Amino acid sequence: MEKIPILRMGRFLLVTIQVDMHDQLAMQLQNDLTDRIVADRAHGVLIYISSLEVVDSFIGRMISNIAAMARVLDAETVVVGMQPAVAITLVELGLSLEGVRTALNVDKGMALLREQVAAAGRT
Amino acid sequence: MPPDRFVQPIRSSEDVVRVRQVARERAIAQGFSLVDQTKLVTAASELARNTLEYGGGGEVTVELLDESARKGVRLTFTDKGPGIPDVDLALKDGYTTGNGLGLGLSGARRLSNEFSIESKLGEGTRVAITRWR
Repeated sequence: MEKIPILRMGRFLLVTIQVDMHDQLAMQLQNDLTDRIVADRAHGVLIYISSLEVVDSFIGRMISNIAAMARVLDAETVVVGMQPAVAITLVELGLSLEGVRTALNVDKGMALLREQVAAAGRT
Repeated sequence: MPPDRFVQPIRSSEDVVRVRQVARERAIAQGFSLVDQTKLVTAASELARNTLEYGGGGEVTVELLDESARKGVRLTFTDKGPGIPDVDLALKDGYTTGNGLGLGLSGARRLSNEFSIESKLGEGTRVAITRWR
C-alpha cells in the first residue's frame, strides 16, 4: 500500500508531501505520524507541503488534527512551504488552520521548532 | 486540447483525485492563472467529495466555455442520493451532517463565479459551478 514516508532527524520527524493525496492516504498519514511521535519520542514535526497544489477542507482538517494530536503528545508541529495560491484559496474557502504554526522554508521551520521545544523546556 | 465536454464518474476517493486532475487540466487549457486554477480545483475537490460522501457517488460533467470575450470552465456534479432537506442550511458555513468541517458547499460557492444547486429528497442533488478566466 502506498504511504507518505516519515523521516526522523534527531528528535524531529520530517514529512514531505509530494503526491496529490486521496482521503485515505491523508488519514493514514495522520495515524502514522501520531504513532511515530510516540514510538520515536519526537518533540517536533515538520510538514513540508511546497509540492501540494491543493489544500481543501479535508486536507486542511488533517493538518489541524496532526498539530492538535502532536500537542497532546507533547510535540510541536510546523507546516512549511505553502504555495501562495494555496494560501489565498484556503482563506477564501474559510479555513484558518487554527493552532498550526507555519514557516516559509525548511530552515525557518527547523529554527521555529527548536525555539518552541527549547521554550517548552524539552531540550 | 482536451474535449469540450467530458464526464468523470465519482465512485471512490481516487476518483476525487481524478476530478482534481481533470479540473486542473481544463483550467490550464483555458489559460487560467495559478490562483484561479487552484480555486477551481479546490472547489471541485469539495464538491466531488460531497458527491461521494453524501450522494453515494455520482459523476461530474466538465465543460469548456468559450464566449467571445471570456473563457471558463463549468463543472456539474450530479448524484442520485437522498437529496438535501434544507439547501439554505446546507450552504451555511460550519453546518454539516457528516464528519467534515461544514465548509465544502459554502466554500465551493465562494471559490466560484457562478453557483447553482438543485436538490430533491429521494432523487438526488445537482450542483453546478463556473469559473471564468
